[in-house]
Amino acid sequence: MTVTSMDLLLWARGPGFEAAVVIFTLGMVWRLIEIFSLGRKPDLSLPRERAGASGLNTVFRRFLFPPGMLRRAPVTYLGGYVFHIGFGIVLLFFIPHIELARGVVGFGWPGLPTPVVDLVAVITMVTLVVMLVSRITDPAKRLISTVEDYLTWALTLAPLLTGYLAYHHLLLPYQTMLAVHILAAELLLVAMPFTKLIHFVTVFPARWYNGDLFGHKGVPS
Amino acid sequence: MSASLERGVALFKEAIDAPIASFFSSCVHCGLCAEACEFYVDTGDPKYTPIHKLDPLKRLWRQEYTLVGRIAKALGLSRPITDAELAEWSELVYDSCTLCARCSMVCPVGNDIAYMVRKMREGMAVAGHAPEGLIFATTRTINVGSPMGVSIDTVKAQIRHQEKETGETIPLDRVGVDYMVLLSSMEVVNYPEYLGALAKIFKQAGVTWTLSSDGFEATNSGIQIGVSDLAREIVQRVVDAAEKLKVKGVVSPECGHAYTALRWEGPNLIGRPYPFEVVHIVELLDRLRQEGRLRTSGKTDTPLTFHDPCQLVRRGGVIDQPRNLLREVAGDFRDVADRGVMNWCCGGGGGVSTNDRAEPLRLAAFRQKKEQLDAAGVSTLVTACANCRVVMEEALEAYHMEHVQVLGLTELVAEHLAQAEEARKAA
Amino acid sequence: MADMTVGALLRERGVSRRTFLKFCTALASLMALPPGMGEVIARTLESARRPSVIWLSFQECTGCTESLTRSATPTIEGLILDVISLDYHHTLQAASGTAAEAARERAMKEAFGHYVLIVDGSIPLGNAGYSTIAGVSNAALLAETAKGAAAVVAVGSCASFGGLPAAEPNPTGAVAVSKLVTDRPVVNVPGCPPIGVVIAGVVAHYLTFGKVPELDGLGRPKVFYGETIHDRCYRRTFYDRGLFAESFDDEGARKGWCLYKLGCKGPVTYNACATTKWNAGTSFPIQSGHGCLGCSEPAFWDVGGFYNALSVTTTPLNKPTGIALAAGAAVGAAVAIGNRKKQADARKGHQTATLGDLEKTS
Repeated sequence: MTVTSMDLLLWARGPGFEAAVVIFTLGMVWRLIEIFSLGRKPDLSLPRERAGASGLNTVFRRFLFPPGMLRRAPVTYLGGYVFHIGFGIVLLFFIPHIELARGVVGFGWPGLPTPVVDLVAVITMVTLVVMLVSRITDPAKRLISTVEDYLTWALTLAPLLTGYLAYHHLLLPYQTMLAVHILAAELLLVAMPFTKLIHFVTVFPARWYNGDLFGHKGVPS
Repeated sequence: MSASLERGVALFKEAIDAPIASFFSSCVHCGLCAEACEFYVDTGDPKYTPIHKLDPLKRLWRQEYTLVGRIAKALGLSRPITDAELAEWSELVYDSCTLCARCSMVCPVGNDIAYMVRKMREGMAVAGHAPEGLIFATTRTINVGSPMGVSIDTVKAQIRHQEKETGETIPLDRVGVDYMVLLSSMEVVNYPEYLGALAKIFKQAGVTWTLSSDGFEATNSGIQIGVSDLAREIVQRVVDAAEKLKVKGVVSPECGHAYTALRWEGPNLIGRPYPFEVVHIVELLDRLRQEGRLRTSGKTDTPLTFHDPCQLVRRGGVIDQPRNLLREVAGDFRDVADRGVMNWCCGGGGGVSTNDRAEPLRLAAFRQKKEQLDAAGVSTLVTACANCRVVMEEALEAYHMEHVQVLGLTELVAEHLAQAEEARKAA
Repeated sequence: MADMTVGALLRERGVSRRTFLKFCTALASLMALPPGMGEVIARTLESARRPSVIWLSFQECTGCTESLTRSATPTIEGLILDVISLDYHHTLQAASGTAAEAARERAMKEAFGHYVLIVDGSIPLGNAGYSTIAGVSNAALLAETAKGAAAVVAVGSCASFGGLPAAEPNPTGAVAVSKLVTDRPVVNVPGCPPIGVVIAGVVAHYLTFGKVPELDGLGRPKVFYGETIHDRCYRRTFYDRGLFAESFDDEGARKGWCLYKLGCKGPVTYNACATTKWNAGTSFPIQSGHGCLGCSEPAFWDVGGFYNALSVTTTPLNKPTGIALAAGAAVGAAVAIGNRKKQADARKGHQTATLGDLEKTS
């Protein structure tokens, strides 16, 4: 029997998804243990208490623009926000994604109308392109950017773009486009523990350490 | 023994901990740290991007402490850290970083970059890549007791001078008093009025205090160069002196890193908490003000602003006290836009002012400070760190802003002590 | 018999020219042909000799034939059966036994190279004994009959893709017609069953134009299988607004909301059900409140359950995830031990730095 687009879709929804979840889970557990295994020496100096100066405080405070910084890097800040929020909306509030989650974890949540998610997806993709241009043109970003930055950019764009194409029945026959979209998402999942994309988890302990180090001295960071 | 790449790499290995691993894992190369760093903002040179300064340390972490990195290294796929690379990075780690930690405050994923630079210096120094000026200052501190070669005799001479100036006694080696006071060599040499100011204030406030001939130097070159073993030796002198005199507390002078060295790093260097309290003079003055023991009268009317020393405020936690005190003695206080924990560095902290080859860069980095002063429209700049004072005085001269006067906060407070004001009125 | 022209036969059967023209126009519009083609079809068919059609039924349920022959009133489906000369059909033929086989062999001989071969049902390759006709295996019969066929039409999902018999674990080794007939194009008309008028339309197209209609990648006529159910579904607006029935007969179901969450496979199913509908345009499964089964797609029995939403994965994840967690912890623990040892060794092996260590001596 010839391999049909349905076969690719079935593989992506079945063994492919399983493999991606397995690699992601294994990778995340391993990498997190790897990070925290290095420990931290206790601080023997007397701490200074100050309301608002703590690890937990910084976890939340870093979501805000530090004073005076927005006007120095508006593209980075605004682009970063629009991208993350947009990606989150498309990932978490598109009904078929919620149904997928329901199938995996056993519960779902209310979603947004599909045309809304569609618009957000376009805005998110445009923002990603803007961020790429910024990365290439800003001198500091250009110097410190590596192959990994550009690779993860492509891995992040791919599910958005292929999802958009699938929904609008563009480029490839629907089953194939849908399969490609699911495969792109699986590729992103697999890349997460092993690239800077892990920041979606490690940002919390990193901010916490920052707040704790500064908070020990009574400085709200 | 000699400096070597192997020793440097060994110290990198010792220094890496879970916070550093979290930081390196989380960095997304957003470049926002650069926008907070005056060395990048004032030169436009992307190599001064703070996280970039840590590149060799990040590679070392990957190669030694991650499975993927270790496999890559075993397969010969990773770029080893070389002596030439560390030599190239010396400028980035020592000249273009004052450990001011503005970058640590803005990193969206929470990286404490200054924390990491401090740790990276441990390896850089014993790999032989610390700047000459800092090595020299550290050598003098270890051998003579002060980076500027100030001896107890110089101090005694200043004591006598200030006693004559103020008519107050400046005690030496008194046992069991409230506070042992430390000095920075800079103050002894350039701003001896500080000692006189202390004498007057403590007299009024009823604080018992003393200097110690065994440990008078507050500064710690070991912290600047980043060698904990040497920093420990230096701080131990202070601890021994304080314990010998059985004082309740030690007062760190108007200096930034001295406070960091004694208050925050010290106990970790010597491996135990202190049996005495450590306060910065500004902390103590504000405490006395709150207790009503510091009485001032009259205010300086010239428009003035405050420069927040990085190691005192952002890295030290003495945030509100300077302005609390200024409110008492300044009639026309004009704050700058980026103030308090977000203020811009004078450019000379973290050993940069001791590093001659960094002078052009340090002066270039002053531009943010200049813009702040221009915007505030002031002719007087008050600060609480002698190094900041010297550095800013030099920079103001270089920028042809000689009309701006730099003052120490303690002296300003002392000028407005109640009796001093009455005496002035009587005269 | 196959000697009469279509026109003559219809006149004999009492089908008026008006009815015949209506039939041809309906066929034309069904196949989205330009206006005026109705006339062309009528002229062509009228003077055409009734084509011989041999219909082979293998592992099938006869649902395809049922679909084609449903008619309370004269329908296109019924008329098609009048137009063609159905020389062999298990269910519809009057003859049986050797007479039936003889009729087939005669039609094959007389119209060799011209007859249309229609097949429904899958062919078992596991053991010929699973399905035989007059003692002959399905595969052999198909091979023999296909030799003289001008066109081969696989009607129904069984003939097109293997269908129900081929569903896991496929005990009979069932395969599609196109797997065995490889020397000429096979038109797949899938569905379980296909819409009756779709079957009729495909045959009519062949009769009119002498060639099979344009086919998609799966050999299905694009004119009937070019759009998904989802893209033509009247409940689509509910999908786009996120209004779904959560269970059968809940409030959403009664309001006619989208059946995606109840497993509707509309988004991945190409067929004409949402437009052409069934029983002369009466209704189709979604309209009746049940999600599309995806029956015109290959392997529709095995794509993860009729009542699981498309987005739900087809493999259970609890066990693999549990194993991954354990394996990750094991790898992490191993690395952690290595890390801590390296860090401890470095710290234990710390050489106290002295002033001499700040500069290289050589």
